[in-house]
Amino acid sequence: MTAAGVNVFYGRKQAIRDVSIDVRREDVTAFIGPSGCGKSTFLRTLNRMNDTIPGARVEGDIRLDGEDIYAKAMDVVQLRARVGMVFQKPNPFPKSIFENVAYGPRIHGLARSKADLAQIVERSLARAGLWNEVKDRLTESGTALSGGQQQRLCIARAIAVDPEVILMDEPCSALDPIATAKIEELIHELRGRYAIVIVTHNMQQAARVSQQTAFFHLGQLVEYGDTSDIFTNPRQDRTKDYITGRYG
Amino acid sequence: MNKPLAPAAAERRPTDWQTPAMQRRVRRRYAAERRFRLLGLAAVFASAAFLVYLLATMLAQGASGFTETRIALPLDLRRHVAVTPAQLHGAGADLALAGAGLEGAVDAAANAAYGRQGGASLLSDGAWLRVRDAIKRDPELLSAPATIDVPVATAIDMAYKGDGTPESEAAVARLGNRLSRGLNVSFFTGADATDPTRAGIWGALKGSLLTMIVTLGLAFPIGVLSALYLEEYAPRNRWTDLIEVSINNLAAVPSIIFGLLGLAVFLGTFHMPRSGAIVGGLTLALMTMPVIVIAGRNAITAVPPSIRDAARALGASPIQVVFHHVLPLALPGILTGTIIGMARALGETAPLLMIGMRAFIAAPPGKLTDPATALPVQIFLWSDEVQKGFVEKTSAAIIVLLVVLLAMNGVAIYLRNRFETRW
Repeated sequence: MTAAGVNVFYGRKQAIRDVSIDVRREDVTAFIGPSGCGKSTFLRTLNRMNDTIPGARVEGDIRLDGEDIYAKAMDVVQLRARVGMVFQKPNPFPKSIFENVAYGPRIHGLARSKADLAQIVERSLARAGLWNEVKDRLTESGTALSGGQQQRLCIARAIAVDPEVILMDEPCSALDPIATAKIEELIHELRGRYAIVIVTHNMQQAARVSQQTAFFHLGQLVEYGDTSDIFTNPRQDRTKDYITGRYG
Repeated sequence: MNKPLAPAAAERRPTDWQTPAMQRRVRRRYAAERRFRLLGLAAVFASAAFLVYLLATMLAQGASGFTETRIALPLDLRRHVAVTPAQLHGAGADLALAGAGLEGAVDAAANAAYGRQGGASLLSDGAWLRVRDAIKRDPELLSAPATIDVPVATAIDMAYKGDGTPESEAAVARLGNRLSRGLNVSFFTGADATDPTRAGIWGALKGSLLTMIVTLGLAFPIGVLSALYLEEYAPRNRWTDLIEVSINNLAAVPSIIFGLLGLAVFLGTFHMPRSGAIVGGLTLALMTMPVIVIAGRNAITAVPPSIRDAARALGASPIQVVFHHVLPLALPGILTGTIIGMARALGETAPLLMIGMRAFIAAPPGKLTDPATALPVQIFLWSDEVQKGFVEKTSAAIIVLLVVLLAMNGVAIYLRNRFETRW
């Protein structure tokens, strides 16, 4: 995905100022920055989730595989199937585990038969690292799982529609360290198959999982480049101050 | 980094918590708390006492309304009634028995057995119907003498129940153990009548039922869809604010105003049949719809936005988000609100009086356009009656209405508890 000159307004307040960035298919990209700097807002522009917020206005050129996603011809529903999202607090539907994962393929008509659907569910749960833990209890409610398992269920749910990009908005901030480690391992396994963009508060996590890092501050993209460069040799002073913990 | 603390003014002496003044404060505080708790307890007892008094009065007055007094009538129909057993099967049986002079035969038997105590005037007008039904069940009654318990006239009925004129009470004393008490089934199966012993609530119940069906069929879909649109689709601007205020006000409008509206629009402009259940249903639907919209909006707002976000992020269209996720989760709350709204509509009298469902209807309504009445209106009409026998019938009907309302509210509570999703 590419973004050029993006401005986002909430009413009269400008939240994102002139951000341009490329998200590569083969990499995990991390958005870091202090609270309120606009990383989640910018993440939501990539799958048009800001459309649901009254008063939000997005300007600029954002493209998925070269198509402008804010064009009138672009179907938002299909866009969101191609660009999936995992939220900060795990939000499985109050349905069974099977139904949670099967919902996406079902509404987009991706399964040819019931057997096909079952296969998609199994594959998605396996790729999310959850299959072995839940294969005997697919009819149990998704909300009965632990926090880490619920988040992996949400990732499996997002994977089930075979997206091109997965956006993750602070996926581990509500989880304990063991669950966090499992999710980071999962991100590592998913790399390459899906373009992953992860917003995180935790700089060490960004350093662990990503290949590209973008540093946001007060709605602007301050610096963007290879993760190792950003963390060892930042070019901007603001980046250096944030990395070394002088604020944030 | 750390700013120096502000310089201290005069040193403050540590507080002495044990002075008499302090202890007085503590005692007064405890006393105030105790007084408040007692006040609350007294309020609960007062409201419970009112409720118990109401129920006890209704039960005391109405319990006898469910029973009827009967007299043992010796009958020998061999000579009087010429009907073959074959004629007793099938639809023509009632006509055959009536044509054979059954009513006269019953009166004659009463005169023969109780001539000195009053004869046929002891019996209720509907006594011969009881004999007729007994014959249909057991045709043997036509070929041998038998004794059948038949309902008595209202004066004897009231005297037996302890509330009659001196003459009637004397008659009851003379009849002694020929009289008995039993369940008054015709109270539940019969329609309104001028004779209290024959009056029943089935006509009014059926009228209420038909009215409720119309009300539910109109108010529920319109109310739920309005609530969904207002919560999920409508933009937040001055017009939607105006609509919201209007709906909230409509829910508080006195019900008689809806009656006037029904009178003017449904009867006046559209010339719909007066007293028809359909007009009652339409009027009550207008009254119930704001309640359902408000309950629906509350239930829909209670669905967490995270569920909607999750569905949207998967690529669900707005309709799919609403019908696959929001509506199923909001449905228990909507149902509870609907049942409570329906219970309120069931007990409404004023609007139905305005649109004419207040006439004396002797037969239960067949179609939606037949003249009908409703249970609360029936109670109102009976309470106006002069005959003493209707006092207990009124209370009995009130008991039936209360039981139905309690049942509806009980169902609402059960549904709410059963389907409450714990997040």
